[in-house]
Amino acid sequence: MENVSPWVIFFAAIFTGNILLTYFLGMCSFLSVSKQIKTAVGLGVAVTFVLSMTSALNYLVYYRILVPLQLEYLRYIVFIVVIAATVQLLEMFIERYSEGLYINLGIFLPLITVNCAILGVSLFMVIRKYTFIQSVLFGTGSGLGWLLAILAMAGIRERLNEEKIPQPLRGPGITLIITGIMAMAFIGFSGIVQIQ
Amino acid sequence: MMDEIILTVAVLGGINAVLSVILVIAERFFANYGECTITINQDKTLKVTGGSSLLSALNSQKIFLPSACGGRGTCAYCKCKITEGAGTVLPTESALLSQQELQDRVRLACQVKVKSDLSIQISEALFQIKEFEAEVVLLKDLTYDIKLLRLHLLRPEEIHFTPGQYIQLQNKPYPKVREIVSRAYSIASPNDETKNIDLMIRLVPEGICTTWVHHHLQEGERVIFTGPMGNFYLREGTGEIIMVAGGSGMAPMVSLLSELARIKSQRKITYFFGAVSKKDLFYVEEMNRFEKEIPHFTFVPALSQPDPDDVWDGERGLITTPLDAYLKKMDTPKAQGYLCGSPGMLNACIKTMNNNGITSDRIFYDPFA
Repeated sequence: MENVSPWVIFFAAIFTGNILLTYFLGMCSFLSVSKQIKTAVGLGVAVTFVLSMTSALNYLVYYRILVPLQLEYLRYIVFIVVIAATVQLLEMFIERYSEGLYINLGIFLPLITVNCAILGVSLFMVIRKYTFIQSVLFGTGSGLGWLLAILAMAGIRERLNEEKIPQPLRGPGITLIITGIMAMAFIGFSGIVQIQ
Repeated sequence: MMDEIILTVAVLGGINAVLSVILVIAERFFANYGECTITINQDKTLKVTGGSSLLSALNSQKIFLPSACGGRGTCAYCKCKITEGAGTVLPTESALLSQQELQDRVRLACQVKVKSDLSIQISEALFQIKEFEAEVVLLKDLTYDIKLLRLHLLRPEEIHFTPGQYIQLQNKPYPKVREIVSRAYSIASPNDETKNIDLMIRLVPEGICTTWVHHHLQEGERVIFTGPMGNFYLREGTGEIIMVAGGSGMAPMVSLLSELARIKSQRKITYFFGAVSKKDLFYVEEMNRFEKEIPHFTFVPALSQPDPDDVWDGERGLITTPLDAYLKKMDTPKAQGYLCGSPGMLNACIKTMNNNGITSDRIFYDPFA
């Protein structure tokens, strides 16, 4: 992947290869925290931060420690530990500086630890053999892509509050249908840039 | 093989160690709010270590705001005005604060964290609230589910309260329950008795504190309580006093009646007491004694579902039935209502009183539970 510009990867991660709408990773918090724009943005920013941090940290840990020692097979456990520590750090930060957001995010803040989008990005980075810069931009791009998706969904759901939705489709039902339509709409971006 | 194991453990251990160190440093940095100053009523200042809730910070300085739920943000007793340094209203508070209170910058002390210097306003009466250590000198059954608990004060040795007020009793951990909470109970003893207080405690199924009192507490044990608190006390006036209580709601009424007997009140007083059947009825002899001691006092017990073998010629039905019938016959413009009981009973009685011309500003009660 040496020859691909990091910015191509960055934009591809946001639009064509959106971690949520193309790979369907990070779905559970997407479904549950997308009821209000304000909280959705809070969680989106938190996920973006964790993704950028962990893609950089996991890159360094993987290529500077695990590869030279031929311990690549330890990557799952190591990646998870790094992610957990980053989320813990973020939680302390949010608790101190934005208690309202802290209470609104509730259990979904610590659950970023096991958000599959986060581990997914770190693993994609390894599988696709990205360089450091590519990895960081891939992480940040994926985070922004996730933020974009949850923001769009929260906007739609805020409007849906006032609409009459058939009883069996209320809540997760209609949300999943909209997610599907959004995913199809994002296919429209596929001509712009492409990775894998 | 051995080398590989050692290497793997060392790598994982090393990574974990580095991350742990980072987290420890971050904890020191983020969770450390340093020393904060709380200014109370622009007069007193307290120095506390930041990071805990305002309620527990004040408790640690021996200032006790009432809190029946023990800081879980449900009872809304610990409301206080915070003029500076509180930050934005949290989602856990907004449901319990009215529009007016939000404007007045009223907050729940149990939800507000002390993160910076605060300026707060609390009622002067709250400074009278103290923490007491007391010994259980009597614990006896009044009915099958209500116990009388008499506490002898050890430190401080005396309590000064207004009849009708309550205290908050703290439980001790017992098997199955490790939690410590404090719950509100009205004082039943007269206020000229300053060395002992009586409480009446009804067993609430699954209740942390009442289960402890009923099944674990023993005579001779020492307990901790804070008080006195509450705005339920006799108001000046010349009109009739209508008291309504059910179950352990008897407690504050006994204290009020002792006060009325002591001052030889000439006001007309009628006390409606609701019980299910005869086995729920207690303190009848004491009430008959009050009827002799207080010139114009009448005790009206009513049974809602007497047992088939109960011999009963008194009132029947929910307490609102005799209350409504009585109020319809009397002239109510100056009458005052004093209530103590479950939320359901309180609401029903307030409605009955309102319908019969006793307006809510003349109805007094403390909304526990």
